[in-house]
Amino acid sequence: MDTLLLSFVTFAPGLAALILLLVARGDDEAAHLVAKRFALAATSFTFLASLFILAQFDPSNPDFQMVEEGQWIMGLTYKLGVDGISILFVLLTTFMMPLVIAASWGVNTRVREYMIAFLLLETLMLGVFMALDLVLFYLFFEAGLIPMFLIIGIWGGKKRIYASFKFFLYTFLGSVLMLVAMVAMYIEAGTTDIPTLMRHEFAFDTFSLLGVQIVGGMQTLLFIAFFASFAVKMPMWPVHTWLPDAHVQAPTGGSVVLAAILLKMGGYGFLRFSLPMFPVGSDVMTDFVLWLSAIAIVYTSLVALVQEDMKKLIAYSSVAHMGYVTMGIFAANQQGIDGAIFQMLSHGFISGALFLCVGVVYDRLHTRDIDAYGGLVNKMPAYALVFMLFTMANIGLPGTSGFIGEFLTLVGIFQVNTWVALVATSGVILSAAYALWLYRRVVMGDLIKESLRGMSDMTRHEKAVFAPLIAMTLLLGVYPALALDLIGPSVEALVGNYDQALAQAEASTQLANAN
Amino acid sequence: MIDADLGVLLPEILLSVFAMLALIGAVYGGKNRLAEPLLLVTAVVFILIAVLVAGSSQSVETAFSETFTNDGFARFAKILILISASVVLVMSSGYLKQRQALIFEYPLLVAFAVVGMMVMVSASDLMTLYMGLELQSLSLYVIAAMRRDSLKSTEAGLKYFVLGALSSGLLLYGASLTYGYAGTTNFAGIIEAAGAGDPSVGLLIGLVMILSGLAFKVSAVPFHMWTPDVYEGAPTPITAFFATAPKVAAMALFARVMHDAFGSVVDDWQQVVALIALLSMFLGAFAAIGQTNIKRLMAYSSIAHMGYALMGLAAGTSQGIEALLLYMTIYVTMNLGVFAFILMMQRDGQHITRIDSLSMLSRRAPTQALALLVLLFSLAGVPPSLGFFAKWGVWNAALGADLIWLVVASAIASAIGAYYYLRIVYLMYFGEDSDTPLEVNAPPVLNAVLMVSALAMVIGVVSLFGLEGAAEAAAVTLLR
Repeated sequence: MDTLLLSFVTFAPGLAALILLLVARGDDEAAHLVAKRFALAATSFTFLASLFILAQFDPSNPDFQMVEEGQWIMGLTYKLGVDGISILFVLLTTFMMPLVIAASWGVNTRVREYMIAFLLLETLMLGVFMALDLVLFYLFFEAGLIPMFLIIGIWGGKKRIYASFKFFLYTFLGSVLMLVAMVAMYIEAGTTDIPTLMRHEFAFDTFSLLGVQIVGGMQTLLFIAFFASFAVKMPMWPVHTWLPDAHVQAPTGGSVVLAAILLKMGGYGFLRFSLPMFPVGSDVMTDFVLWLSAIAIVYTSLVALVQEDMKKLIAYSSVAHMGYVTMGIFAANQQGIDGAIFQMLSHGFISGALFLCVGVVYDRLHTRDIDAYGGLVNKMPAYALVFMLFTMANIGLPGTSGFIGEFLTLVGIFQVNTWVALVATSGVILSAAYALWLYRRVVMGDLIKESLRGMSDMTRHEKAVFAPLIAMTLLLGVYPALALDLIGPSVEALVGNYDQALAQAEASTQLANAN
Repeated sequence: MIDADLGVLLPEILLSVFAMLALIGAVYGGKNRLAEPLLLVTAVVFILIAVLVAGSSQSVETAFSETFTNDGFARFAKILILISASVVLVMSSGYLKQRQALIFEYPLLVAFAVVGMMVMVSASDLMTLYMGLELQSLSLYVIAAMRRDSLKSTEAGLKYFVLGALSSGLLLYGASLTYGYAGTTNFAGIIEAAGAGDPSVGLLIGLVMILSGLAFKVSAVPFHMWTPDVYEGAPTPITAFFATAPKVAAMALFARVMHDAFGSVVDDWQQVVALIALLSMFLGAFAAIGQTNIKRLMAYSSIAHMGYALMGLAAGTSQGIEALLLYMTIYVTMNLGVFAFILMMQRDGQHITRIDSLSMLSRRAPTQALALLVLLFSLAGVPPSLGFFAKWGVWNAALGADLIWLVVASAIASAIGAYYYLRIVYLMYFGEDSDTPLEVNAPPVLNAVLMVSALAMVIGVVSLFGLEGAAEAAAVTLLR
């Protein structure tokens, strides 16, 4: 199928950014509005185009589909494709971007550059999810740092420079290790083609390095190198500390993109690289990752309880929810991985919406201190309703998409490691504690504070931004098969290959021991 | 016989004749009144000669008892040298005129230097090599000291001359040893003598001496000391020239000597070149961090970049040479763009080179700041800019030669080096407004160079403008 649809969807926003760069001039209100409208049109158009990917996608086929391949410069290959694992991330990205642009209507400094940065970012994020070549993946993965660095650094809050550098250095250091691992993989397998690498069996003989026995050998080392990059991106405890800073300082649109899409790159990386390419390494490290996830869920939930800043609280809750994702992925069974992908999707909608909720009141009062609010329900009933819905979804109330993801990952992990499941389930209670308490302090009670008397309810524009998110959260909550049917076959194949590779490795190790 | 020989040298001969006629004409004509038209004519002549070189026969031709070779490799380097020299000339005219420093000798000295470079890249005999090298160097010494009333400029010229003479001495000493032990100055003879059995110690010492001399010319560590001072002291357009064409010529000569004359003993020089590359990358990355002057920063940046390019040479393969040629092409394009920007920097008519004057430039000159941002990210080698692919090429070649440690080290060096490029971006976009803001006067010529080179860094990613095939063909002729 030589439709080049994937390339078209990937590069359409980038092309729009180029047009905006070359054409739009001026720094007055009218020019700002033109830039905003143009970016909104471009991202909406990309979303519509991405629906054609969904239409052409065959859910029963677990392989990569709509593959586009071509020779590129320097002996590299340009290869794009989607499968059941990646397609939903592609759609999540194209779905969220118009909302992000619409939510950024209030930006009034350097609007043109702001829109260009977001459009470029969309192209790079889509590229990450579609790339089927190691180097191409790395290019998109790394390049995404630049626009995000600028978004935080230029349009962020007071401590934006500290936050942008912290963000850049953390993620850059992680990915340098990944690059080294990629080079090692290329030398070993002689190709950078991701589907081929997924079938390649990397060496897993135990050897000793500097006196340490490396169980799982090269696979474990490669796993660790990739883990360093993806764990920072996720982010997992204890390398999560860049996230709260970045979130607090980023503008609302930046926070939404960060929470809804960028964090998903880590989870996607685990599913695309770690599990299928290094099954033995993953197996060796599973317990370690599971306990890190369990600690993340409990620890960051407790940290979230004591936050004074609304955005920081939601950022920590994001880290906790990402703990469920890594836990589900490394449970390495159908429910666990299905749940992890579902959780990432639903977290995309929910956390995105929660950051937008913070943005709504921040635009009016210019503070994110929880103490500054209270009793908003008296002045802003519609806002209270929306915030309520997403608070409940964040807790994982049945009927919302948050429930399905958490439940599936817990079912998955329970079959693998009951103790981790036990610890992680306590996170469900803790999330209810911090989320409801936040809601109580901000929305409920009497309106005492003088500064809040002038608060107005959500505008039509704001309601329009929230509407699609509410629809998706509820729809996926009551009819999860919509997403799970797409994910299913690919995950089944992934789990099947994983188990098979482990069994083979087991057999060959025994054979070697017997000889 | 002689006719055929002269035909091979036609581009060099034409350029020298032009330069000498122009010299006579200018001396007896209007002197400095003629400077500006002369400069433009020279730039046009460069382009014409480049077209001539590109259109000439594509086979390997030698002249004068194989002391001069015109092959695909030489042609690739020559075209790059001619085009970049032409761009620099056009870029410099406005700057020099504004400061009443445009003298008619300037374009002519550049022309003579270019003739020297063309001879260098075609040399296939130690004698031709030295001739070309000295013609180039002597012209450059004078150009560096062109502003006679400026203390810094004359200091730069003198420093360059003294250290350059030293390196020429090293090179000559190595050449004489090589001649003594190989019995010939011709590359074809040397490669045969070196390849017959174990090479003698004398020949190896000769090799190392020549290597040191060449390392000086490409300003690789530990022969880099002159670079920051000369870059800072010379007038900015001249610095732009130093950073581009002579670097290409020296690098091409380096590759030619190593492969054509010592190609049979790759193992003996591979480790040395790899070490020089490693040191250059790290010194360039660390020393640039503390710089406050953008010209000095670019000097250290060029030292680091020469390190990466040398990685391609260290690979010792045709793939490595291809990567080196592409690296130099991309490097020259980036540097032309950055120097076009540096030439624009001024305040109250004074040229400013302090880095902190760039603070919040993005607000006053958004288009230029954006172009510079692209170039800086490309210099740092951040994907998906062309600068990353340049590095990818040399990494790939070094991997093919099993120099894994060098690749890992250079990845680390590039991560460190990214810091100082990032700092400029930081100043331009997140800095604080200063009371005495920088004025960016953007004459159309400089603006065009800046924009074209920035766009090339982005658009080139699609297909590299087809340069890859040309570089590959050129690399093959060197390792025939």
